Amino acid sequence: MIARRAFALSLAFLLGGCSGIQSALGRDGRHGEIFGGLFAIFLAVTLFVYLIVIAFLLAGIFRRRGKRQDGLPDEEGESREASLRKGLIGWAAFIALGLSVLTVASFVADRLMAQASGPDPLRIQIVAHQWWWEVRYEDADPSRTFRTANELHLPVGVPVQITLMSNDVIHSFWVPNLAGKQDLIPGRTTQIALHPTREGVYRGQCAEYCGLQHARMALDVTVEPVAAFRTWRTQQLLPAPLPRTPLQQAGLRYVETRECGACHSIVGTRASGQVAPDLTHLASRRTIGAGTYPMSRGHLYAWVADPQSAKPGNRMPHIPLEPDQLHAIVAYLETLR
Amino acid sequence: MSSPSPARAAIVLLLALGGCDRESREPRGRPLPETGPQIAPQRTAMMNGVPVPTTEDPRADDYEGNAYHVAQGYRYFAWMNCSGCHANGGGGMGPPLMDDEWRYGGSMEQIAATIIQGRPNGMPSYRGRVTEQQVWQLAAFVRSLSAQNRQDVLPGRTDAPRNTEPQTLQEPQPVVETGVANDSASQE
Amino acid sequence: MTAKISPRDHDRDGEKLQGEALHFRLEKTWSREPGLWGWLSTTDHKEIGRRYIVTAMIFLALGGLVSLLMRLQLASPESGLISAQRYNELFTMHGTTMMFLFAVPVMEAIAIYILPLMLGTRNIAFPRLNAFSYWAYLSGGILLWAAFLLNIGPDAGWFSYVPLAGPEFSPGKRTDIWAQMVTFTEIAALAVSVEIVATILKLRAPGMTLARMPIFAWAMLVVSLMTIFSMPSVTLASGFLLSDRLVGTHFYNQYEYGDALLWQHLFWFFGHPEVYIIFLPAAGFVSEIVQTFSRRPTFGYTAIVLAIVAIGLLAFGLWVHHMFATGLPRVGYSFYTAASMTVAIPSGIQIFCWIATMWDGRPRFQVPLLYVVGFVITFVLGGLTGVMLASVPLDLQLHDTYFVVAHFHYVLVGGSVFPLLGAVTYWFPKFTGRMMSERLGQATFWLLFGGFQLAFAPMHLSGLMGMPRRVYTYPEGMGWDLTNLLSTIGAFIVALAVLMFVVNALLSMKRGQAAGANPWDAPGLEWATGSPPPVYNFPHIPVVTSRTPLWDNRAKLPVMTGLRVDEREQLLTTVIDARPDLREPSPIPTIWPFVASLALAALFVSSMFTPWAVVIGTPPLAAALVAWFWPKSPDVTPEPVIE
Repeated sequence: MIARRAFALSLAFLLGGCSGIQSALGRDGRHGEIFGGLFAIFLAVTLFVYLIVIAFLLAGIFRRRGKRQDGLPDEEGESREASLRKGLIGWAAFIALGLSVLTVASFVADRLMAQASGPDPLRIQIVAHQWWWEVRYEDADPSRTFRTANELHLPVGVPVQITLMSNDVIHSFWVPNLAGKQDLIPGRTTQIALHPTREGVYRGQCAEYCGLQHARMALDVTVEPVAAFRTWRTQQLLPAPLPRTPLQQAGLRYVETRECGACHSIVGTRASGQVAPDLTHLASRRTIGAGTYPMSRGHLYAWVADPQSAKPGNRMPHIPLEPDQLHAIVAYLETLR
Repeated sequence: MSSPSPARAAIVLLLALGGCDRESREPRGRPLPETGPQIAPQRTAMMNGVPVPTTEDPRADDYEGNAYHVAQGYRYFAWMNCSGCHANGGGGMGPPLMDDEWRYGGSMEQIAATIIQGRPNGMPSYRGRVTEQQVWQLAAFVRSLSAQNRQDVLPGRTDAPRNTEPQTLQEPQPVVETGVANDSASQE
Repeated sequence: MTAKISPRDHDRDGEKLQGEALHFRLEKTWSREPGLWGWLSTTDHKEIGRRYIVTAMIFLALGGLVSLLMRLQLASPESGLISAQRYNELFTMHGTTMMFLFAVPVMEAIAIYILPLMLGTRNIAFPRLNAFSYWAYLSGGILLWAAFLLNIGPDAGWFSYVPLAGPEFSPGKRTDIWAQMVTFTEIAALAVSVEIVATILKLRAPGMTLARMPIFAWAMLVVSLMTIFSMPSVTLASGFLLSDRLVGTHFYNQYEYGDALLWQHLFWFFGHPEVYIIFLPAAGFVSEIVQTFSRRPTFGYTAIVLAIVAIGLLAFGLWVHHMFATGLPRVGYSFYTAASMTVAIPSGIQIFCWIATMWDGRPRFQVPLLYVVGFVITFVLGGLTGVMLASVPLDLQLHDTYFVVAHFHYVLVGGSVFPLLGAVTYWFPKFTGRMMSERLGQATFWLLFGGFQLAFAPMHLSGLMGMPRRVYTYPEGMGWDLTNLLSTIGAFIVALAVLMFVVNALLSMKRGQAAGANPWDAPGLEWATGSPPPVYNFPHIPVVTSRTPLWDNRAKLPVMTGLRVDEREQLLTTVIDARPDLREPSPIPTIWPFVASLALAALFVSSMFTPWAVVIGTPPLAAALVAWFWPKSPDVTPEPVIE
C-alpha cells in the first residue's frame, strides 16, 4: 500500500540520509548496524502504537453522538461501558505484549553488540582530561607504544578495545558513527569495544558535561585501510625531527626552555611535561585544541598566541610572546608531522 | 499580590555581595596587561631569614581572594611538581609551606618573587617557565596551605588522597618572619 | 483559666443559624487581621495557595526567559552571543528553576488551594506548617536567583554531578548555593506533602469514602507519599555534597574510598520519582477536566487509581536508566530496562480511560479540554521516545544528546504544563470569580501547541545526528544548524503564548465575565461553594454519596450541621469510610511560622560561609519553634460528634 511504502521510504531516508561524520544513524561500525536495526524496530512499533492512540483520540473527538439527557449516561450506556472495559483489558494486554517484544529485541541487540567485537583487538587506552583526550596506543612490545592526543586512527575491519579512565571529572567517550557512549569516571576504569567496518573520517565528542569547555572536547577519528594505519603507526613511533632552519631551531629552543616544555612533551627533545597533550606529531592532526580550530598555519598562530580566546578557561595559559618568538614557535611546530 | 519579602532579599544580598570577586573566573587574567609592574626584581644579596622587601602589588588581592585562582594554583602546584620538594605543603627536600616560618617572606608578592627568582639552597627559578598569571595563582595557593586566605575562598578538600585537616577548618598561621630554626630574631 | 463551657452553650451551624447570619459569624471566626501583619501570619490555605501559585508562575517565567537566552545562543553555530561561563550558568538555572522551583511547587500549590475545597473541609491540615513551607520555598528561590543575578550563580548543571560539582572543580560558593537551595525547597516540599496526606486521609467530607474521592485527590495522595520517600534522598545527596565542599568529608572523593557514582545513585533515586511527582498531579488535572467537559463520570475510575498507585510504586525502581553509560554491570541494567518499560503500561491504561471518557461522553471543546487533547498528543509521543530510551543499546547512543532533551520536554511540558494551564483555566473562576477569555484562551492554546512542536520536534533529529547536550556552541557544517534555528523560533512562539496566557489571566481578573458557583456544571465539591469561596469554604460541611456529588444531587446537596461558629473547628473523618469521627480545632493566624522561616533562612545561608553560623543560628530558630509550638489550652476538649 502507499502508506507502507511511504513509511519504508521515510525510514530509509531517516536512517540513511541523515548520517554525517557525527551521527548515531551512521552505520559505519558493527555496533552502528545493530543500533540502526534496533532503532528501526522501536520506531516502527512505537509509531504504530502512537497512530492507534491518535486514531482513538480523533474518534473520540469527532464521533457523532445521539441526543441524550444532560449529564446522565444513556440507557444504552451500560453496554458501552462493558465494551469499553473489554477494550481497556485488550489495550493493556496489547501494550504489555508490545513492550515485551521491544524488551526482548533490546536484550538481543545488547547481546549482539557485546559479541560484535572480535578476538585479538587493537588495544588503546584513553585518559580524559578537562578538556582534551590523551590517547595511548598499547602494544605487547613496550617500545612500540606511543601517546597522542585528541585523535584516533583505526584500521578498518579490526576490532578495537579501549580502556577508559579520567584524570579529573566525569567525561563520556562517544563516536556516534561507530558505537554508543561510555563514561570515563575518575577512580574507575571502563571499557568500550569498537569494530569499524567502513573507512571514513568521523568526529566524536565528550558527552557528559565536564565543565566550562565541554562543548569543545571533540575527537577526530580516522578509519583507514590496514596498510595506511600501519604507516601512520610507524610514523607516530618516530621522535620529532630535528629542526633545519634557524627559525625552527629558535622555535625548538623556546619550546624546550620556556613555558611550553613545562607542560607539553615532544619525544626526542627536552620538552617533557606530562600534563598537557603530547605534541610530537602535532602537525599531522586534523584539529587543534580538541576540535577548536582546524589544523593550519594560521590557526597554529592563533592558538599559540592566545589559546584563551577560542577556548576560554582551558588549562593552557595565555603566554605573552614577542612576534619573533611566535614565528619561531609556529615554524617549529609545523615540522612536527 | 505576593511579592518577595524585602527583608529576606536584603539578608541574602548582603551576604552574597561580599562574594562577587571571589566567584569570578578570569581565565585570561585581568583585562589589564599581565606585563604590569614586574614582580620586584631583587639584585642585592639575599640573606636567609631576611624577607625580601617588596612593594605592594594591586594584583595580589585579586588573586588571593578568588576561589578560581586558588583552585588553578592547586592544579599548577601539582603539574609543575612543586610537591617534588615541598610534598603537599609538608616539606621534604624543600621547606614546609604549611607552617608559620617564611624564610623569604610570606606575603603574596614575596612568594611570587620567590617563585620567579628562585632562592639559594635549591629553589629553582621559574622565570620563563610559567607565566605571571600562573605565578600569582601559585602564590595564592601556597598562601592557602597555611590558611592565610579568607576561609570562604578555600575548598573543604581536593579530590586526592589526603591526611591533612581541611583547610577551611584550619587556623590561619601568622606570618612570622624568622630564619633557620635556631635563629632567635623574630618580628611580627 | 476560663471556666469550662458546657458543649450545649456554643453556637453551631444548623437550623438555628443559617444564611446571612451564619455567613457573618463564620466570616468573623475564620478571617485574619487585615494589613501586612495579617498577610504574614495567615493560615488560610486559599491565601497561601494563591501565593504559592503566583510565585511558582514567576519562576516559570524566569526559567523560561533563561531558556530563551540559551536558544538565542544556539540559533546559529559558533555564535559569540553568550560566553561559555554564562551559558553554563544559564542552563543550570533553567533546569534548577524549572525542576525545583516551578514544577513540583506549582502542583503542590494548586493542591493546597483546591484540595480542601474538593474534599469538603474548611482548611488544610497543619495550616501553620503550610505557611512556613511557603516562606522556606521562597527563601530558596530568592537565594538561587539573587546569586545568579549577582554573577555568583551555580554552573554545574541542575543535576550537579560530582566530581565536577565537588570542591576541587567548582571552586567558590556557587555550587554551595545550589545545594542549599535544594535543602530549602526540600523542606518546603516535605512539609506540604505531610499536610496533603493528612488532609486527604482525615479531613474528607463525611460519606466521601476512598472509593468516592476525586482522582486528583488520589493523585496527590500518591504524589505526597512519593515525595516523602524520595526527597530525603536528594537532601542526603546535597547534604553530603555540602559536607564535602565545606567540611572536607570524602563521600564523593574516589581517592579516599568515596565514590563519584554515589552522587548519581542518590540523586537519581530522587530524580526519577521527581518526574512522576510532576506528572501524576497533571494526570489528576486531566481526570477532573475530562470528567467535567465530557459530561460523564470518568471511565475506569478504579483502573486509573490503580494505575496511579502502580506508577507511584514503580517509579522507585527505574533510576539507573539515567546511568546506563556509567559502566555498571550489564545484567543489572536489564532489570532497569524491564522496569522502565513496565511503567508504560499504567500510563497507557490511563490514556485509554481518558480518551474513553471523551469517546463515551458529550465533550465540549472549551479551553481546558483543548489542553487535555494537546496533552494526549504530546505526552504519548514523549512516553514513546521514553520507551526507546529505556533500551540500553539505544540509550547508549541517545543519552546526553538532544534526543533526550526532546523526550523530557515532551513528557514534562506535554504531560504537566499543558494540563496545568488547562487546570488553571478550569479553576480560574473558582479562584477569582471570573471566567478567563475563551477566545484568547483558544488562540493561546493553538499558539502554544504549535510553538512547542516547532521547538522540540527538531531536537529529536539533532540528537540522532549527534548533537550532545549542555554545549554552549557547536561547529558549522554538522547538519544541526536548521534544527537549532527552528527550535529557537519555536521557543519564542512558546514564550509569546505563555505571555498571552498571563495577559489573559490578568485581564480576566479585572474584566472577565463574572462566574457563579459552578460555571462549568462540574460535579466536584469545590463547585458547591461561592466563587471565590468564602474564607470558611463551606457554610455547612457537605455529605457525599457518590463520585460526582453535584451531578447526583442537583436539587440540594446534603450537608452535615453542628460545627461551632465562634471557634475555628474542623471535622475529622475516618480514613477509609469517611465516617464522622472527631472535631478538631484549627490553628488561628500566627506570625511564628514566618519568624521561624526567617531564622531558618539566616541559619542556612550563613552556614555556607562559616561553621559558626550553625552555633549562632540555631538558638533563634529554636526559640521561634518553641513560640510556634507553645501549647495553648483550649477551653474545651475535642468532643466526639453528637449526631
